[in-house]
Amino acid sequence: MPEIVAFLIEKTLVTIFVFIVVLTVVAFTTWIERIVAGHIQMRYGPNRAGPKGLFQVAADGVKFFMKEEFIPDRANKVLFVIAPTFTFMAAGFIMAVIPFGDRIMIGGREVLLQIADLNIAVLYVLAIGSLGVYGIIAGGWASNNKYSLMGGLRASSQMISYEIAMGLAIVALLLDHGTLSLRQIVLNQQGAIWHWSVFSHPIGFIIFYVAAFAESARVPFDLPEAENEIVAGYHTEYSAMKFGLFMFGEYVHMVLGSALIATLYFGGWSIPWVTAPEEPGLLWGLATFAVLWIKTYFFVFVYMWVRWTLPRFRYDQLMNLGWKRLIPIGVVNIFITAALLVVFQHLGIAG
Amino acid sequence: MLKQVIDKEIAQQYDVDERDLYDLNLGPSHPATHGILENRVKLDGERIVKCESHIGYCHRSFEKLSEHYSYNQVLTITDRMNYVSSMANNIGWTLAAEKLLGIEVPKLVQYVRVIMLELNRIIDHLICTGVMGVDSGAYTGFLYFMEQRERAYDIIQKMTGARLTTTFGRVGGLDRPLYNEFKQDILEWLRPLPKVIKEFHTLLTRNRIFIERLRGVSEISEERALEFGFTGPNLRAAGVSYDVRKADPFSSYSDFDFDVPVGSTGDAYDRYMVRMVEMEESMKIIKQAIENLPDGPHHADVPEVYLPEKKHVYSSMESMIYHFKIIMHGIRPPVGEVYQAIEAPNGELGFYCVSDGGPNPYRLHFRSPCLYFYQSIEELLEGGLIADAIMTMSSINVIAGELER
Repeated sequence: MPEIVAFLIEKTLVTIFVFIVVLTVVAFTTWIERIVAGHIQMRYGPNRAGPKGLFQVAADGVKFFMKEEFIPDRANKVLFVIAPTFTFMAAGFIMAVIPFGDRIMIGGREVLLQIADLNIAVLYVLAIGSLGVYGIIAGGWASNNKYSLMGGLRASSQMISYEIAMGLAIVALLLDHGTLSLRQIVLNQQGAIWHWSVFSHPIGFIIFYVAAFAESARVPFDLPEAENEIVAGYHTEYSAMKFGLFMFGEYVHMVLGSALIATLYFGGWSIPWVTAPEEPGLLWGLATFAVLWIKTYFFVFVYMWVRWTLPRFRYDQLMNLGWKRLIPIGVVNIFITAALLVVFQHLGIAG
Repeated sequence: MLKQVIDKEIAQQYDVDERDLYDLNLGPSHPATHGILENRVKLDGERIVKCESHIGYCHRSFEKLSEHYSYNQVLTITDRMNYVSSMANNIGWTLAAEKLLGIEVPKLVQYVRVIMLELNRIIDHLICTGVMGVDSGAYTGFLYFMEQRERAYDIIQKMTGARLTTTFGRVGGLDRPLYNEFKQDILEWLRPLPKVIKEFHTLLTRNRIFIERLRGVSEISEERALEFGFTGPNLRAAGVSYDVRKADPFSSYSDFDFDVPVGSTGDAYDRYMVRMVEMEESMKIIKQAIENLPDGPHHADVPEVYLPEKKHVYSSMESMIYHFKIIMHGIRPPVGEVYQAIEAPNGELGFYCVSDGGPNPYRLHFRSPCLYFYQSIEELLEGGLIADAIMTMSSINVIAGELER
């Protein structure tokens, strides 16, 4: 078999696998969210459709498709239709570079459990992540609704502000790792548990986590859709599957954001104190795959926990937190990290 | 054209660029108004430059309607005023009618009224503080409180047969004897309450985001609050220790030992805290009342006002005559006028009633506290952000049904 055919087959299979897994997991995350919310709020949550309400996901999907597709009068129809897909795609594109597992050997061929091991993966994530806000702005503006417009404006200012903080947190991390490849960052964190970046970059981690919260526009940063203030923000006028896509995009954002946190700061797929076998088979692949999802779901759970606990920031407080707290701390963090790296290198201890 | 002229004037008056002004309707149908209130705001970005509030969407002409109702029938109207604590309105009206008729009700009735009024105060404050959480984005605490409210409604249902429109009591006493497990039910209801309130405190009261959302929002000074005619928790939050229960005790409130919490700045956080503390004081009152609950008849001995029991109507002459007189001629108080105020959960709820000696009130005016709060809303909202407006509206606890009657 020519190399190029084998490569295409391999990548196609991995892409389909990742795509299906991520979308299924995300769909069931909506169910988990309701179960967690029900538990926190001392009520049952979904328990009617199917065992433990598991079919609620399917029921929601059917409902989204059956509802009336409503486009408001004098709305910009093209943008109105494109906006949700845009948000959804921008969130989903991140899955292309997340290392879902280690390499495995199948029939003497090395297969990466990752769609693409880009050497600029971190830049790619930042670039794609900032595209998502276009969908929200476009949706808010195209709806021809005052609340939607306010939601879109809030979203744009919020996401742009917090992207800077997120970028600064990552810069400090990159100084240490010396690579933009997510796979290489995971490899660097192998071994003992204190090799995880979170222990060497605690401040960066906190900044990144807060910024990730803000990026996904969930409580306490859900200003773009604050239902008590601006009805439903940018998706006030959306119905049926167009709303479903916005909603699904939010969950994709949350799950992949958590996967990114796990990858960057918590060793990704690597298992502490366990090294990869000489001949990594399917079992090793599955183990690393499972480990990443466990780590990811811890953060997804924290997302949910926070959502059902905390109140929402006010607009000026949000801006203060972003520009006056996180960004200065992020800058200082870069300098401290750089200084420490120089000192360690001088002393001959590897970063 | 007109809008541009108005915008220009506003822009000059408030020193903003007229091109930045943005009209937004907070209401009449908006998730945060909790009822039908309309605030037309002019925004400069997120900041509210000017606010114009309109009422009247929920007006049901209760005062006029009352002129065609008998004294007991008015009770059903009062249910629909402050529907979050309808029993408080019922109690207020029965007290007013009794004052007009010059009836002294037995101690048991007075104590039961105190218990139910305080229970309704707790319900009302549970909802108000819970909704402040919801409006700031923290939904969970609200559901913790809602559960307690549902349990309280179970008791109310046992007492009156209804959960929301209670029509509790009658002129001259209670509508029926207390049911047997009343004491146990109330004590049972009170037991988990301190824990839930403590949980809510840990969830929100000391939450940094929540404090920052409320501190300094829509502050109102003592003098201004008095000028607007504030009463109840909102006035006490501004620092005035005025409580009808202390100032003009009704229904044996002087028998009970309780404190009146007072705030200092009159901002949303103080209004929240005053309500949280008042719940604990109310629990104290209920406990005292339950402990000292006297025995006795459930109504005053006023056969010309209070309907006799049905079995007596068929068996005794006097009962039948009184029944006939009350049904056909109605309760006829002497000519005169009366003002009776109670400390409803929201503030001083007054009933001003003029009687011409007929079976219906000649003129009836409800002094509902919400109307006085809502007068200040334009002043409170202006200069704040949209998020502040939401917190202001939920913290002054305007109930549309009571505002417009």
